[in-house]
Amino acid sequence: MAADVGRTPVSKVRWGELEEDDATDYEFFLPPKTVIGPDENGVKKVVEYKFNDDGNKVKITTTTRTRKLARARLSKRALERRSWAKFGDAAQEDASSRLTMVSTEEIILERPRAPGSKVEEPKAAGDPLAAMGKAGAVLMVCRTCGKKGDHWTSKCPYKDLAQPADSFIDKPPTADGPSLAPAKGAYVPPSMRPGAERSGTEMRRRNDENSVRVTNLSEDTREPDLHELFSKFGPVSRVYVAVDQKTGVSRGFGFVNFVHREDAEKAINKLNGYGYDNLIIRVEWATPRPN
Amino acid sequence: MRPILMKGHERPLTFLKYNREGDLLFSCAKDHNPTVWFADNGERLGTYRGHNGAVWCCDVSRNSSLLITGSADQSVKLWDVQTGSQLYSFNFDSPARAVEFSIGDKLAVITTDPFMGQPSTIQVKMIAGDSSEQSGNSVLVIKGPQGRINRAVWGPLNKTIISAGEDAIIRIWDSETGQLLMESDKEAGHQKTVTSLAKSSDGSHFLTGSLDKSAKLWDSRTLTLIKTYVTERPVNACAISPLLDHVVIGGGQDASAVTRTDHRAGKFEAKFFHKILQEEIGGVKGHFGPINALAFNPDGRSFSSGGEDGYIRLHHFDSDYFHIKM
Repeated sequence: MAADVGRTPVSKVRWGELEEDDATDYEFFLPPKTVIGPDENGVKKVVEYKFNDDGNKVKITTTTRTRKLARARLSKRALERRSWAKFGDAAQEDASSRLTMVSTEEIILERPRAPGSKVEEPKAAGDPLAAMGKAGAVLMVCRTCGKKGDHWTSKCPYKDLAQPADSFIDKPPTADGPSLAPAKGAYVPPSMRPGAERSGTEMRRRNDENSVRVTNLSEDTREPDLHELFSKFGPVSRVYVAVDQKTGVSRGFGFVNFVHREDAEKAINKLNGYGYDNLIIRVEWATPRPN
Repeated sequence: MRPILMKGHERPLTFLKYNREGDLLFSCAKDHNPTVWFADNGERLGTYRGHNGAVWCCDVSRNSSLLITGSADQSVKLWDVQTGSQLYSFNFDSPARAVEFSIGDKLAVITTDPFMGQPSTIQVKMIAGDSSEQSGNSVLVIKGPQGRINRAVWGPLNKTIISAGEDAIIRIWDSETGQLLMESDKEAGHQKTVTSLAKSSDGSHFLTGSLDKSAKLWDSRTLTLIKTYVTERPVNACAISPLLDHVVIGGGQDASAVTRTDHRAGKFEAKFFHKILQEEIGGVKGHFGPINALAFNPDGRSFSSGGEDGYIRLHHFDSDYFHIKM
């Protein structure tokens, strides 16, 4: 439905040619109302002329489109019921009660997955791989259950039944290490290679040790602000403020890594409960201390 | 689609029912006034005043002239659909839970709750053509199942009565003698309270929803389990589409836990499943509480849901709903 108002300064009809049976004095000068349509799309145009408040002649074109929403195939009895008088509480109801509203929100039937896709994805997605697996039958080996040529590790139906993969990592590399190691040529991620895990975790621990968590930050706080605030206590290796990926607004917390542990301690003692940008920030160790 | 929201009830909805032509929608709620709405635009036509307790269930006769409602005020009432006047009231010693007219509207099946030491019952009443000749005597009284009987409906040709309730077992009774004919298998059947039961449009099979988070499709004659639809929420309501091979299941977490969690976590959508493939088609969101009632319009082009939030949401399907490919 659309309504547009256009001004026509010149009248195409001469006033002398108009019929004189119009009632009001001014309307006498106006061309008659014309209705065009409705056409096959249900579009109807009504063109009217009238005088506005300033006495100017105005042409008003109203375009309406009528769409059939429901199939009007009501039975005779149902049509009869439409004219039934209201009763009970509905009899006293006035228009302002607004019991029935049309939702302002568009509700869609939310599909659990993209239309047309199947639950069994390997059929479609892993087609070339599956074909290769079928041909070679050695390529597709499940590391969880050890089955060959049936499925990949991530699709293993026995995933829950198998013991957690962590148990491999926790075991210290002993004499039987080589027997645990996967077959020759198979890829082993660096973190799972013998001897690699210790240095990895140690490195991480050292990083975490001097990490300080800052919470209750105001939304305007950015990383340079935090850096400015915390670098007074000593050298800072990293500043991070959590930002919501969708909205780009700060989520109100961040982390600061100090090079020296003493500096971090100083910062916590000084800044915990410090009023920063109209909020009282909270500063604590990022990882809970064991002691 | 933009659903139509109907806010006539002040308490949670309990039941929804379309008349045969699908132009009227009857709603029951825990407030005391069953209400009738125009099913196309959601305009309220009237309320039926007289009950003094939560109204649990209703049914409307084939010619849309007679309404029967069962209430926790220990009565089942017959109403004139057009004027809202009460025609008759059956009085019981315990709350009435489920009501349904038989095919032909000559009989009605009513279930009553266990109350003050009395067991739950399934009763059959004669419905007189002229309400002045109506009598309150029961033609048949069945006792036996433990706990509430949440639904009782007529089987094919009125020969049987199908009941289901708190004991999770679905039973088929002989409607003449009251004899127990069949019981659902304990292993294959539901594990928890059956909350809802909806027949297909031809009555050949029916769908039950249970608090064990599943809905099951059964054959009405042999009581064999046909399909199972598994969801992640307790099922309070279910309905079978009369047009497409779809079923819709509604529910959500327990009403007492709603205030403690986010509404997104409550799983208050109405879930559509493919009846045969048992695959989920999609979900329709909107309610702010568990869905207690679901009904399909007999033409299959719209459905309505009633929630614990007191709203009825009437959905007219978009055209793409009818072309969903699995």
